[in-house]
Amino acid sequence: MDNFDYTTFLREKKFPLIWCAGCGHGIIMKAILRAVGRVGWDQNDTVMVSGIGCSSRMPGYVDMNTLHTTHGRAIPFATGVKMANPDLHVIVITGDGDATAIGGNHFIHAARRNIDLTVVLLNNTIYGMTGGQVSPTTPRGKKASTASFGNVEAPFNISGLAQAAGASFVARGTAYGAVQLSKYIEKGLLKKGLSVIEAMSPCPTVFGRRNKMKSPVEMYDELRDQSVPVKKAATMSEVELEDKIVTGVLTDVDKPEYTAEYAKLIAKLGGSA
Amino acid sequence: MSKTKDNEAPPVIEINAEWCKGCSICIEYCPQDVLALENGIAVVVNLDDCNRCQLCDYRCPDYAITVK
Repeated sequence: MDNFDYTTFLREKKFPLIWCAGCGHGIIMKAILRAVGRVGWDQNDTVMVSGIGCSSRMPGYVDMNTLHTTHGRAIPFATGVKMANPDLHVIVITGDGDATAIGGNHFIHAARRNIDLTVVLLNNTIYGMTGGQVSPTTPRGKKASTASFGNVEAPFNISGLAQAAGASFVARGTAYGAVQLSKYIEKGLLKKGLSVIEAMSPCPTVFGRRNKMKSPVEMYDELRDQSVPVKKAATMSEVELEDKIVTGVLTDVDKPEYTAEYAKLIAKLGGSA
Repeated sequence: MSKTKDNEAPPVIEINAEWCKGCSICIEYCPQDVLALENGIAVVVNLDDCNRCQLCDYRCPDYAITVK
């Protein structure tokens, strides 16, 4: 039993949450708060930065140093915070649209640079806030307000993108598997370097209803049934893994971290930060 | 049969009706069937079987349920 009191991290005056009934975002926010509680970070030394979208409303509800920035630009703002104050713990909250469409370049370059941020990417496979348009992760064949007859595009594999671009820690979890997700986030928080935790989050309102899932519970059932632990996935074929969500820690490597390398360069040149 | 050990105080489940949106996730995934939906809000109907696993709390998107 977890006795951590996450209410110390909440701005309760802002409640109830703006998110729809059954939205996974609140569950993922709690998984983050529990992870921050376990690693023992002081909320005054922790910064939460978000972009634009449903997921990016999160910092409004969290009592830390918070920044709600512009569309796709959470990572650049967070990079600035971290470079100016390398001792702060910086968490980036973003969504599939925010981080892999308009903010796609920032996302891959943060991974390449390997700057010490923890990016929690809430992937609901749709643009929820603006009415359910196709996002870069909408699965092929699924309906959206801009794909009435089904999406014809292939979706991004966000974790694969982060791995290929050089992030030192990549994990994928789901709002259904909230306990495990919180553990992946904890590992990401502690990692020196760019951590990406892709958190699958059901959107019952604009995705589920359009795709014949009548209740939030139906969407969580589907998440549960689609989830395959990474060890089991290694024994499965590509065809078997189609429509599956591989969960677990996908990458965990140590490599030079940007703010540390930058400090070394300053020291080498005889300056002070 | 009660899941509470003899030397243990019974669990306390608090539900914030102002924040609950009736999504039913806590009810559906409670392994002990402790909760039910009443007038669109989650309510405790079977406290004796609660084993304090806190899965309702972990999965409540609206911070509306706690188990102590």
